[in-house]
Amino acid sequence: MKSLEELKAIRDKMQGQVGLRAESEAGTRVVVGMATCGIASGARPVLTALADAVAEKKIPDCAVTQTGCIGLCQYEPIVEVIQPGKEKVTYIKMTPEKALEVVDKHLIRGQVVTEYTIGNQLK
Amino acid sequence: MMTEISLNILDVTENSTRAGAKVVHITVDADEEKDLLTVIIEDDGCGMSKEQLASVKDPFFTTRSTRKVGLGVPFFREAALQAGGSFDITSEEGVGTKVTAEFQLSNIDRMPLGDITGTIHQLVVYHPDTDFVYEYRFNGKSFVMDTREFREILGDIPFDNKEVSDYIKDYLTENKFNTDNGKNI
Repeated sequence: MKSLEELKAIRDKMQGQVGLRAESEAGTRVVVGMATCGIASGARPVLTALADAVAEKKIPDCAVTQTGCIGLCQYEPIVEVIQPGKEKVTYIKMTPEKALEVVDKHLIRGQVVTEYTIGNQLK
Repeated sequence: MMTEISLNILDVTENSTRAGAKVVHITVDADEEKDLLTVIIEDDGCGMSKEQLASVKDPFFTTRSTRKVGLGVPFFREAALQAGGSFDITSEEGVGTKVTAEFQLSNIDRMPLGDITGTIHQLVVYHPDTDFVYEYRFNGKSFVMDTREFREILGDIPFDNKEVSDYIKDYLTENKFNTDNGKNI
């Protein structure tokens, strides 16, 4: 049984560590559409896969968040990668497997996975 | 159509957070003797006007501008009605909204509850401005998670911090198991 004491221990460990909330503006934002359209198309496991991989691979300054309907319901699940100074990249019809590929290639090595981008998929 | 009841819960609760709710109460109550699964989502968000409330079950009504349909509430309602259950939504402007869905547990057309732990975890971790009180009951046994307790301990350490996020996941998983012995509802 998990106790609140364990949470206190985590807090004590965290205190003194700076920059817990430092990211957001300066870093990478990975945004998953989580409205009815996204959820019905499987956005939840995509978000989980992204968040787990980013945490596991300790990718610095990278925040995974969710948003509402992006307005392109037929292409859900949609993942947007927003990096300062770069054009926003929109990945469509994502799966957890494709999401992991995006983490490895795009977030870690800086190579956009053009195969899954909206521009490429609609050609 | 959603494939799990928990996905309906995720979707409809997103409405609560977008309505500016400070606290959302989510109750999932499965009772095999009564052959009943009850889901209640109650928020203290901005609420709806009488006109909005009257149209909310209409799939061609939505408050958003990105598309012309709003299927969240209709999906949830259909899921309940097709499983021999009932659906009710009440709302008052400035007070909040309450959604109640009942399902006949043994109904062949009742979709599985699905990954309720992952759903609640996701709601909690990705909505830093909303608190959640989640009660899970199974045949009378229950546990409650109140994120206000977590926040009081953590101060400004965010829920999306990996260790905190993992703790919350484990907290939900272990307590659910202690309540229902790992039964898949």
